Amino acid sequence: MSPRRATSGGLIDRSRSVRFTFDGQDFTGHPGDTLASALLANGVSLFGRSFKYHRPRGVLAAGVDEPNALVTVLRGEAREPNIQATMLEIRDGLKVVSQNRFPTLGFDVGAANQLGGKLIGAGFYYKTFMGPVIGPLKGTRFWMFCEHFIRRAAGLGHAGTAPDPSRYERMNAFCDVLVVGSGPAGLMAAKAAAESGARVMLAEQDARLGGSANWSGETIDAQPANDWAAGMVRELAALPNVTLLPRTTVWGYYDGNTIAALERVTDHKASPRAGEPRQRHWTIRSGKVVLTTGAFERPLVFPGNDRPGVMLASAAERYAVEYGVLPGDKVAVFTNNDGAYKSALSLREAGCRIVAIIDVREELSEAVRALAVRTGAEILSGRAVTGTEGGKSLSGIKMQAFNAKAGAVSGDPRTIEADCLLMSGGWSPVINLASQAGAKAEWSERLQAFLPPKEADGWVGAGGFNGAFSLEAALAEGLAAGGEPDGDTPAVISYELDMAPAPVFEIAAGGKAFVDFQHDVTADDVRLAHREGFQSVEHLKRYTTLGMATDQGKTSNVPGLAIMANALGKQIPEVGTTRFRPPFAPVTIGALAAERYGEIRPERLTPMHDWHIANGATTYSAGLWHRPMIYGLPGETVEQAYVREAQTTREAAGIADVSTLGKIMVQGPDAAGFLDRVYTNMFSTLPVGKARYGLMLREDGLVLDDGTTWRLGEQDFLMTTTTANAGKVMQHLEYLLDAVWPELKVQLTSVTDQWAGASIAGPVSREILAACVTGTKVDNETLPFMGIVYGEISGAPVMICRLSFSGELAYEVYSGAGHGTHVWEALIAAGKPFGLVPYGLEALGTMRIEKGHVTGAEIDGRVTARDLHLDWMLSKKKPFVGSMMMDREGLTAPDRLQLVGIMSLDNRPLNGGAHIVEELDRDNPHGSIGHMTAACYSPVLGRHIGLALVKGGKSLHGQRAFISDPLRKRFGPVEIVSHHFYDPEGRRMHG
Amino acid sequence: MREYSAYTLLKNALAGNRDWKPAWRKPDPKASYDVVIIGGGGHGLSTAYYLAKEHGITNVAVLEKGYLGSGNVGRNTTAVRSNYLLPENHRFYEHSMDLWENLSHDLNYNVMFSQRGCLNLAHTPGQLDEYVRRGNALRHSGIDSELMTVEQIKRLVPALDVSASARFPVIGGVMQWSAGTARHDAVAWGYARGADRRGVDVIENCEVTGFLRDGDRVTGVTTTRGEIRAKKVAIAVAGSTGRVMKLVGIDEMPIESQVLQAFVSESLKPILDTVLTFGMGHFYVGQSDKGGLIYGGALDGYNSYAQRGSLPLVEEVHSEMLALFPGLASVRVLRSWGGLCDMSMDGSPIITTGPLPGMYLNCGWCYGGFKATPASGWCFAWTIAKDEPHPLNAPFTLDRFHRGAIIDDKGQGATPNLH
Amino acid sequence: MIITCPYCGPRDSSEFVYREEGGRIRPDQASTDQAAWNAYVYDRVNTAGEHDEIWQHSGGCRAHLRIVRNTVTHRIVSVAFARDHGRPHERRKAETPA
Repeated sequence: MSPRRATSGGLIDRSRSVRFTFDGQDFTGHPGDTLASALLANGVSLFGRSFKYHRPRGVLAAGVDEPNALVTVLRGEAREPNIQATMLEIRDGLKVVSQNRFPTLGFDVGAANQLGGKLIGAGFYYKTFMGPVIGPLKGTRFWMFCEHFIRRAAGLGHAGTAPDPSRYERMNAFCDVLVVGSGPAGLMAAKAAAESGARVMLAEQDARLGGSANWSGETIDAQPANDWAAGMVRELAALPNVTLLPRTTVWGYYDGNTIAALERVTDHKASPRAGEPRQRHWTIRSGKVVLTTGAFERPLVFPGNDRPGVMLASAAERYAVEYGVLPGDKVAVFTNNDGAYKSALSLREAGCRIVAIIDVREELSEAVRALAVRTGAEILSGRAVTGTEGGKSLSGIKMQAFNAKAGAVSGDPRTIEADCLLMSGGWSPVINLASQAGAKAEWSERLQAFLPPKEADGWVGAGGFNGAFSLEAALAEGLAAGGEPDGDTPAVISYELDMAPAPVFEIAAGGKAFVDFQHDVTADDVRLAHREGFQSVEHLKRYTTLGMATDQGKTSNVPGLAIMANALGKQIPEVGTTRFRPPFAPVTIGALAAERYGEIRPERLTPMHDWHIANGATTYSAGLWHRPMIYGLPGETVEQAYVREAQTTREAAGIADVSTLGKIMVQGPDAAGFLDRVYTNMFSTLPVGKARYGLMLREDGLVLDDGTTWRLGEQDFLMTTTTANAGKVMQHLEYLLDAVWPELKVQLTSVTDQWAGASIAGPVSREILAACVTGTKVDNETLPFMGIVYGEISGAPVMICRLSFSGELAYEVYSGAGHGTHVWEALIAAGKPFGLVPYGLEALGTMRIEKGHVTGAEIDGRVTARDLHLDWMLSKKKPFVGSMMMDREGLTAPDRLQLVGIMSLDNRPLNGGAHIVEELDRDNPHGSIGHMTAACYSPVLGRHIGLALVKGGKSLHGQRAFISDPLRKRFGPVEIVSHHFYDPEGRRMHG
Repeated sequence: MREYSAYTLLKNALAGNRDWKPAWRKPDPKASYDVVIIGGGGHGLSTAYYLAKEHGITNVAVLEKGYLGSGNVGRNTTAVRSNYLLPENHRFYEHSMDLWENLSHDLNYNVMFSQRGCLNLAHTPGQLDEYVRRGNALRHSGIDSELMTVEQIKRLVPALDVSASARFPVIGGVMQWSAGTARHDAVAWGYARGADRRGVDVIENCEVTGFLRDGDRVTGVTTTRGEIRAKKVAIAVAGSTGRVMKLVGIDEMPIESQVLQAFVSESLKPILDTVLTFGMGHFYVGQSDKGGLIYGGALDGYNSYAQRGSLPLVEEVHSEMLALFPGLASVRVLRSWGGLCDMSMDGSPIITTGPLPGMYLNCGWCYGGFKATPASGWCFAWTIAKDEPHPLNAPFTLDRFHRGAIIDDKGQGATPNLH
Repeated sequence: MIITCPYCGPRDSSEFVYREEGGRIRPDQASTDQAAWNAYVYDRVNTAGEHDEIWQHSGGCRAHLRIVRNTVTHRIVSVAFARDHGRPHERRKAETPA
């Protein structure tokens, strides 16, 4: 038997043992234990070190409010830092290590920080480390030097760096009633709602449903409360309209009753079933939310209240009753309310010796005195604990007379031997989720706590959440919240306790008295904040870091406010209330990413993608697409490959996959008129069977996109967009049609994925088509420049448009996506005798630069049509989107960047992103007149060339300038030329 | 003797820390001031500070409806950088950087500005060219920027996934070493204290409810703490710009108020010493001196005054985080919050005289408000004191949108939620 | 937020994209009133409170919706097809039975 395990009792499975390690040491516990209960049962009292002073810390709480006992769980290479020992179920093989200590938990050199306690109080960083005002350490240097050491002390746990092999899952759910919390109120609410036929979900953050019924020791319906709860859970589980979610923390209350919850699916399993995720991220959309989240007990603030062995009264009770663990042999109790007496009695009944009950109140009720007598403890009312003794575990407490009204201690201290101190400073309802939903908390003077508002939108509350702390009230309110206000509640036997505390939060008696345990914020820190004017609740938090630790101030919030209120001489609500924000408890990042962990975006592949890969293509990302960059031959560099591809295309023929171009069907009686409105040039005059290059502006008059649109029928147009802007153009057109011009009869359909496109270019491209296309001729007469024909290739129907991006005689061959590879392979086969090569984006880019065609690199959202010398496309015969905005002064200013060509004069490569200067200054670059948008080696010119946007544009043609690229350390002379490098008259493509 | 130093810290510690003075007084508003600044956030406070320090104008009140620094100055991811593409922007933000570098000394308040760099990761060749274009633009304005190879990036941030098998492999990045982070609240408190010590009245819990007018001219404000007359009324209320401008009868502005969420993880031992941005989404992350990862993503995308974000955005941001750091899947997010961003129509701010006589306007900060705090106040103070803009903020006019003189760093046009 | 699309039913806001303020009237295509165009493109009411706006159900039926939504509470007051609002147009009038 473990040293502190009670001989009987508890909801653990004593028939089985579970083995785990803590800091390398082997321990055993039982199924049903948390790490905290198992370690306590083994006599461990030291769990961790605090953040700032590295003070030894034990367990304060028994649940999600625990600030001290944080550990790191090791799962293979993966590490889970900052896990609360109180929320971690033990399992065979569990490996846990302590945190924020060096070299060991028992001996931590960081504890030296305590020596500087007064120096490093709240806000001390702001007052020092600034360093000298002059000299080599001025500016930020001295601070950064100090910061280097400060950062080493940062953090609690270590994160892993190896990818986490766990799987995380996302689940959407819909229900009529979501009940949060499965204590007596929650069980009643769930049952009532389920009986009314509603779809009910019941979420409980702990492993075992039942909440306080599991440890209250009360009687419901003539049976122990935990048996009653177990029965209720069985009944609920049997109902088809109820979903029970144990180990599920509801952490976010978002707009529209969208609730976020995290389920720990297999964290507690030694060997999860195949396919089970580690955790599941639930998004629950619920008609109504029932909040039965109970209340957190508050610590009292007194010197030495952080010593291991000092814990919340209800936590100790829970360890004793639910886990069969005796937190101490000689237990003292320190309280300002009746609740702790029941806890003391529970511990007594579990086998502890209660040595003293110290109560700040002078007067005690008869009921509570009777209870106290049953504990066998010495009753010390009108007294307060003013200190604790012991090293890393409690050995005794100091006690003095206390006047609750004056808040003052007096008289000589008396020492009482104790190895465990229970404390209770009253209760704070867990209103976090209601606050997230926008509820404003209301202060209850009687309960010394913030309560939820009575009226709410979307949720109802019951039980401890409402400040109704008695079992009877919890059951009745739960029933009402579940929709049966007049139903019968089961009979109960419970203690008649007044949970209203005396308004005492702090015993000021000298020495460090902790308010926020994890962050080591003391009562003196709160007073220092007050002295320096940081008096509103938010300033208090931000200045002292009170409530900013991983427990988010669950135990420290109200005591901190109370001490500030006292310093200000104001009431607590005048200091302010904290608005809680998601998450209620920390949420695993992997769970939020869920299925997108490792696969953040879908991949878009063209129908011919596999062929490209099989034929040596190197690809790169273009948005979500993967596109061939080059089809390199063995031993070729990227430049050699694209030069060969471009050269072969210009001399014979090349073929490129253009399936990624955006394709939109624009159809209907008003389609032509619609295109006239959205393109700068005219489309209503385009004959059926012809295509036209079009330019679109945004509403603000700048260029949106360009592309060719094919008139397939009187009312049918196939619009193509650039790959990058496909979605944007579609949205733009849909908006105009649906929201601005609903009277136009036009239908838009995205067909990007329905068509596979192959661009075949080069002087022999016509011969290649003639060799494989059936059902139509492809000669110049049948298929002139910008003409469209229909035919078949190897049995597959195709649509061919003669248009050119490369400047060569060229065709775009479109087939159904399912035929894409078939048609592509047929074209490749037909082209073989003619020397056809596939070419990638690099060669495509090279040929378009030679032609001076613009793409996304130039259309960067800041250029006008005139900047790109596309003014010839701006119709004067009709208004179009952007036509009234494009001539504003800022868009026609003489110093705008305009498109030019650039030729390298030093025979070395150029790069996109380089700047253009008129005078070169490598050491102190300045005087940029523009930048290169694209560059390549031009096989036809035998030169390194590029496109650029420069101030002055065409007026600089023929001038010498320099590229200045300090980032890539490339400088050199260039000539500014026309952007039409190659065949400016377009003879080749018209040929 | 400087009020805050290692010496005074020691001296006070020995005296039980009982002698520290309030960081700023809590004065009641006077009946009139030379300048009333609406908005006790970073920009309003820095404006007051520089009015006093640079222009000797100390009969100034800063009016804050809630607690000081309750807006975006305390709700951001603390990054400071000047690596904007367009000269109008990067010159302004570089001036801010100059002020940041000496801010702790200037204020005698450690704002913990730490120049640990800001690295923009690039994932496609085209994107890298774009980033290099921006970096070169900075270099041609005398601002630091350098290219980093994948190997250098890996050395700097070992936890980052730079493998070729990543969905969007990192192919390089552009680093601004002078960029970094600062302690956000300290900036507000430091400016408040600095202004206070120079005689400015910093008045909390004082909400402006209307404007006093003499014809067109603005002559003061009405507040929840009474009427306050002022020769000049300056507005620096960021996300509340629309609301405040309506009080003066201007119903439409080139501004949308949108919510931007930010997140902080639990404290971790240091794994990230710089600020990183992801190029294939909208994600940025740094690690504070306390150990929390501080990160954020894009706007939720719709108008909001609620300081409350939506769940889908939470999921998106964390997915992007793991795309960069797959090892952090077991780490947990601790806090989230939402700030109101005053998104302008071109992504650049407005710091100007007017639009009415006696009135001065500072807004349109988009994602850039925190890093701009020193320069915004500095330029706004100049504009208020001299009734004309400093050359640095001369481009940031209110009428530039209609004129087409737009300063569009991202090239998205009049679509505020894309800037 | 949950937006009830008149065509698809209640859906999560992540299926929708916020597009524009709803109250602004785009000048007639042929309008040459520069001030009206400037205002249309750049000026926003940006209401704190009930706000008239246009969203697209981009992850659903792709219809544009005219939504009145409270920007302070995020409560949605009304949803309708955007095409049923705006300026009257001839075709629909003609189709309305007398």
